[in-house]
Amino acid sequence: MKIRLLAGLLVLGMAAAGCGGATVGTPSGSAAPQPGGGSAAPGSAGTVKIAINPWVGYEASANVVAYLLKNELHYDVELPEIKEQLAWEGFETGDVDVIIENWGHPDLKKKYVEEKKVAVEAGSTGNKGVIGWYIPKWMADQYPDITDYKSLNKYAHLFKTSESGGKGQLLFGDPSYVSNEEALIKNLKLDYKVVVGGSEASLIKGAQQAQEQKKPLLFYFWDPHWLFNKTQLVRVKLPEYTEGCDADPKKVACDYPEMDLDKVVSKRFADTGGKAYELVKNFQWTNEDQNAVANDMTNNGMTGEQAAKKWLDANTAKWQAWLPK
Amino acid sequence: MTTQQRLPAPVEVTAAGTAEGAASRGGLPRWAWYAGAAALLAAAYAVFRGTGTLPHDKEAPQFLAVTELREWIDDQRDLNPVFLYFLNYVRLYVAEVHGLFQTVLNALGWPGLVGVMGGMAWLAGGWRVALLAVAGVGSFGVLGLWESSVETLALVGASVLLSLAIGVPLGVWAGLSRRVRGLVTPVLDVMQIMPTFAYLAPLVLFFHIGAPAGAIATMIYSIPPAIRITSLAIQEVSPAAVEASASLGATPAQTLFKVRLPLARPRIALAANQTVMMALSMVVIANLISAPGLGGDIIRGLSRAQVGLMLPAGVAIVVTAVVLDRMLSALARRGPRSRAGRLDLAAAGALAAAGLALTPVLPATWPQEWTVNLAAPVNEAVHWVESTWYGATTFVKDLTSHALLNPLEGLLTTAPWWLVALAVLALAWRVSGARPALTALGCLLAIALLGLWEHAMQTMTTVAVAVLVTLVLGLLLGVAAARSPRYSALQRPLLDAAQTMPAFVYLLPALALFGSTRFTAIFASVVYAVPPVARLVEDGIRAVPAPVVEAALSAGSTPGQLLWKVQLPMARRAILLAANQGIVMTLAMVVVGGLVGAGALGYDVVVGFSQRADFGMGFVAGVATVLLGVMLDRITQGADGRPSPRRRKLT
Repeated sequence: MKIRLLAGLLVLGMAAAGCGGATVGTPSGSAAPQPGGGSAAPGSAGTVKIAINPWVGYEASANVVAYLLKNELHYDVELPEIKEQLAWEGFETGDVDVIIENWGHPDLKKKYVEEKKVAVEAGSTGNKGVIGWYIPKWMADQYPDITDYKSLNKYAHLFKTSESGGKGQLLFGDPSYVSNEEALIKNLKLDYKVVVGGSEASLIKGAQQAQEQKKPLLFYFWDPHWLFNKTQLVRVKLPEYTEGCDADPKKVACDYPEMDLDKVVSKRFADTGGKAYELVKNFQWTNEDQNAVANDMTNNGMTGEQAAKKWLDANTAKWQAWLPK
Repeated sequence: MTTQQRLPAPVEVTAAGTAEGAASRGGLPRWAWYAGAAALLAAAYAVFRGTGTLPHDKEAPQFLAVTELREWIDDQRDLNPVFLYFLNYVRLYVAEVHGLFQTVLNALGWPGLVGVMGGMAWLAGGWRVALLAVAGVGSFGVLGLWESSVETLALVGASVLLSLAIGVPLGVWAGLSRRVRGLVTPVLDVMQIMPTFAYLAPLVLFFHIGAPAGAIATMIYSIPPAIRITSLAIQEVSPAAVEASASLGATPAQTLFKVRLPLARPRIALAANQTVMMALSMVVIANLISAPGLGGDIIRGLSRAQVGLMLPAGVAIVVTAVVLDRMLSALARRGPRSRAGRLDLAAAGALAAAGLALTPVLPATWPQEWTVNLAAPVNEAVHWVESTWYGATTFVKDLTSHALLNPLEGLLTTAPWWLVALAVLALAWRVSGARPALTALGCLLAIALLGLWEHAMQTMTTVAVAVLVTLVLGLLLGVAAARSPRYSALQRPLLDAAQTMPAFVYLLPALALFGSTRFTAIFASVVYAVPPVARLVEDGIRAVPAPVVEAALSAGSTPGQLLWKVQLPMARRAILLAANQGIVMTLAMVVVGGLVGAGALGYDVVVGFSQRADFGMGFVAGVATVLLGVMLDRITQGADGRPSPRRRKLT
């Protein structure tokens, strides 16, 4: 009986949606409301969906932009939580209008900006992303030469763990991160093994315990990150980055380049987003700015909105420049 | 140590179990056969060690082919009729149903929702359940999680409704027709052992992200119990009643609707209950494809490394589970024909009406003053544990890793593949017979062909150790609970919570204490798998008939003798079932293990989910996990002559 009912519903719905078939990019019905200039609550200029990628620095940027969109430009803002790569799919479905902090991803840019033409680059955030190998500060104090990769082999025995099979352990994080670790170890002839933590949490907890319990740890990490405000970490020097030294992923033997983090928006939002799009495009700040907001959110118990408000109140001149003229 | 002795723990248990009762063959005693076989395998290992290993290749052609298939499907999305006329509509309908739930739940307002839930609970099980429901729903607000909780309720409601709408009719059909049953069961098996992460990526491909995709992911996981239990309920309707109805001239349809369904109703309520529990356990996973709800709070806590943020959300999920469980099991307990009394109706109606009447009067959102912020004290407590226990936990971790994990993993990864296959074949044949043994062998060979041999062996190591620990703990807790009802009453809610609490909540302190290691993964599996094992053992021992226990006592048995000589042997079947459950539950945690440093198959699945270029490897690793599960199941299933253990797990 229920099956018949369901079938009936299906037929009815198909008729209602017209017989052209449903494509996801052009939503019909209430399933996916129009983003950008679409209909929204009365008195609102529209709805903007900023994807929240799962790290706090990103959230800080998103909250600051969201606060301005809400209170200065009177938009409704949604902040759906989505992992990096999936957020790009959201451009296609209308689930995402803005990725506020993008770490490179040339492959995704090629796919969604050039081939599918559903996304558009919206300029730098002003943040510089730095990936590298880090150790807790106490190790740098105790073994001053350890911060150079050349002496890593000398200290490999310190980094041995139950997982590293007799070699030193290099702890890696979430598999979605940019990574040259395997190649670096091989090409620099280091007596180390990459142990995959699998998540950001495994890196943070490892780093916190390493500094607090005075345990050795060599791990992959990145700046900007709120952890730097709480735990003292020192970066290990790898051979300096030169243009093109990372061209062949198998032959990389140099440090990571400093990455210019940028914003990406959906094509639809770029075309119809009006003032909201202008604001997103103009948004630009520094690593210190972001770390301040992220730190308030993580360690001072503030919500994203409170932390954003605190920063905005203290930096009026900066955000005034972002507002569309 | 020899190869055979080092194979997974449950195998040892079951092998020992059957050896006891069986008669020896030929002139040699039984143990000599085992020793001989073991010595042979050990000799073969010594000779061939390091040859015929199949090391992992990240770019195996099998993986690349699947990745390419994915890209092709992706390009078809807005062109292919399958998408245009089927998949996209499915997405739209699910979105429609979810939107309906969302609108209604939000329109009720918080006083309205508290009242209506209370009223429904009163109808289901009287004032006690109603009180629990009111307190439970109220606690969402107190925890400061009202909005996410309502989102979660909407998502769970939509997925459960759709699961039942599809699952119950299918279950009835499967219950009536043996052929359908044979067709559906293996599919359900795969749906349940397949790690959720592994089908998340293909799901995104077909249904995109957002609430509808989350609801569909939840349905895949929550539909199997609905079908299984309904089918079982229909099968178990007394044949006498069916015959009587047929002989009175009822048509098959009349028999179904007037006899079978009413008689099966309590069981179908149980099916609904299990469906809800399964759906709730998907809350966090669904958030990974951007479905709203409590999962978001947990993921946020994870990225800030704060248990204080995650624990309230975890508690809210546990509370939801407890409230819904009590409501639905009260419903299941009532007889097939009973109806609510007039008084109950009035009370329930009054409660709901009171709630709804208050909605326009009270503030629209849950008042800030009525919330309790637990983040800071919880974070402090966790920090204290992390820094104080570190020494002891590191010692335990290192001991387990060096004494158990590393040697076993070394053995399995350096042994030639054919030797491992041979050992599995011999063992499964001995324990379960020829057919299961061949199936087990087939699974193992398929894993090798998929190009995931090395990682599968590593995962098998972790799973084996986890199952061993789970069994020891589960037996201890189960026996303790069976011997003292008071202790059992204390333990039950804790076990319930351990099972429904999302693993991520206790993973953070575990990560701090044990680091990113295989041991952390084992810890997570043990927390997840011990509750059902303990419960099965407890029930098994309780089920030993009282006269037997009394006879043993009057014959002068000490409590210890009673346990070892009477209760445990008589509860053997339950204990073996518990062992099998332990394996299934542990496998379900393989992927979570990949997030905390266990590597191997679990990590492959995670990689496949987060890196487009590795989609193929992730998907294939998910399939390999299923194969591993089927293999372990076949090795152990013969131990007490059960047809298939998983078919019983939900009854």
